[in-house]
Amino acid sequence: MRRPRPKIVRPSLAKAPTGIQGLDEVTGGGLPKGRVTLLCGSAGCGKSLLAMEFLVHGAVRYGEAGVCMDFEETEEKLRANVASLGFDLRALIRRKKLLVDYVSVDRNQIAETGEYNLEGLFIRLAHAVKAIKAKRVVLDSIEALFGGLTDSTMLRAELRRLFHWLEDHKLTAVVTGEAGEHTLTRHGLEEYIADCVIALDHRVTEQISTRRLRVVKYRGTSHGTDEYPFLIDREGISVVPITSLALAHEAPTDRVSTGIPALDEMMEGKGFFRASSVLVSGTSGTGKSSLAANFIRAACARGEGCLYFAFEESPNQILRNMRSVGLDLEPSVKKRLLHFHAMRPTSIGLEGHLAAVHKLIEKLRPSVVVIDPITNLVSVSGTYNVKSMLMRLVDFLKVEQITSMFTNLTFAGDPQERTAAAVSSLMDTWIVLRDSRPNGRPRRELYVLKSRGMAHSREPRELIVSERGIELGNVLRDHALATTVAGPGAVAAAE
Amino acid sequence: MKKSSARKRRPAKTSRSAFCRLRLYIAGQTPNSIAAIANLRKICEDKLRGKYRIEVVDLLEKPQLAKGDQIIAIPALVRRLPPPVKKIIGNLSKTESVIVGLDLRLAR
Repeated sequence: MRRPRPKIVRPSLAKAPTGIQGLDEVTGGGLPKGRVTLLCGSAGCGKSLLAMEFLVHGAVRYGEAGVCMDFEETEEKLRANVASLGFDLRALIRRKKLLVDYVSVDRNQIAETGEYNLEGLFIRLAHAVKAIKAKRVVLDSIEALFGGLTDSTMLRAELRRLFHWLEDHKLTAVVTGEAGEHTLTRHGLEEYIADCVIALDHRVTEQISTRRLRVVKYRGTSHGTDEYPFLIDREGISVVPITSLALAHEAPTDRVSTGIPALDEMMEGKGFFRASSVLVSGTSGTGKSSLAANFIRAACARGEGCLYFAFEESPNQILRNMRSVGLDLEPSVKKRLLHFHAMRPTSIGLEGHLAAVHKLIEKLRPSVVVIDPITNLVSVSGTYNVKSMLMRLVDFLKVEQITSMFTNLTFAGDPQERTAAAVSSLMDTWIVLRDSRPNGRPRRELYVLKSRGMAHSREPRELIVSERGIELGNVLRDHALATTVAGPGAVAAAE
Repeated sequence: MKKSSARKRRPAKTSRSAFCRLRLYIAGQTPNSIAAIANLRKICEDKLRGKYRIEVVDLLEKPQLAKGDQIIAIPALVRRLPPPVKKIIGNLSKTESVIVGLDLRLAR
């Protein structure tokens, strides 16, 4: 079931859309039209790819032909580099939608014998632009000129002239530059570019790579200064336009069932608020996934789309396990109401996960999202990062009016419980599950620790998981929950 | 960059007697272009008398030629013969650099 997209604010400045998912949202519609944008970052950060996508999408989707002056790669290499993304440069070049001019700058082959300027470069560019009536230009990476020519005073004057020339010809240009040690670019290109500067970053910590994009400067457009995670996959670059949205999202008053009548009963007989976030934490085997599955089944029964992110088990394993507790989710999968997306938490970094999650939500536009479990994300990143990522994700889900459930595996007395406490402040509802052994009999307990905006039951109940499904037993008097870390004190500390 | 392997190499002797084909790229009649043409003629007369040919290409008229010789800076001089191809840039006012760049040291 697809919901309509939220309204997008129309740009006030003329923009040239990049066609890159997320980037156009972050920049309010794209790059400044007829202006020069500087794209900087260290080697391998994805700037050449982003620049190339700007040209390819421009040619394919927006009817704007583009010239790539490449100072690093020959046309053949460039074609091979982007072929894996499904970009057929050869066809675009043949149809005069794209022109690649490889510029070789090699100091060893050029002796300087007196005054000169870069008129040759201007003439080549003008010739290329004219040949295909280009509207977009990429210069990647123009800094190669500094490596090939020694007269840097002349070079700087010429670069300034070049950027003016691009603007005079109303070309939307992307100029790439290598990150410097203390400056955005090694040769200070940012001094010449007034309109738009975008920095890319690629960090590898503990063998996990994260890519981030930051709009450093964008004249005449309000932009987030946050770093946005981005992803490079088979479809190219996608930026996650998630930022802290100043809590401006709507707070619906209608409710959605938890899928367990007795649990609904504990929450004013109505269940969760729509578009709220729910944390289900508990030790191993306490029934977190079963709780999530019940929630999903109820949503599917209402005809709402669900998206289940599985970080621990394969979809088939989840389906099998749920069948054993009387839940058959397969019909919903067949009806395409329920989508599973399984990922190994360590396969990509936290930002990568966020990007992937975001991308899929944008694509499927579900009403309910389950992330099972968030604990595994902690294993790839610190608690702080997880919290900041979840904050962005929760904000995004709320804006999209999606009800979300996050499961969190805790270990008694383990720092993981602190994770639960840290992220719980982002959550509207926190349900705690726990094993206990009063009088030697193993028992599962369920407790609604908090649920904002409603008079929920605070009494622990026994959770009974059988082949008939999940049921709640009587109110427990001898419960262990109130005395644990996850007691009311923890809530106060977390909020 | 063009490479010519077809011709036999006769190093020292050749460079003394080989015929020089030079192509000078300019863009319009700018002071640097005019200076480059004058400087080049003088050096050639001095070092290569009778054994050179200069072709002046104005890129404003033939912009499509810039790509082939990888021209960025103007003025640019390309020694097309004898091989290997050599390229120097500037208005050719530094005579010594031109002689070194075009490898005319042995020429008389």
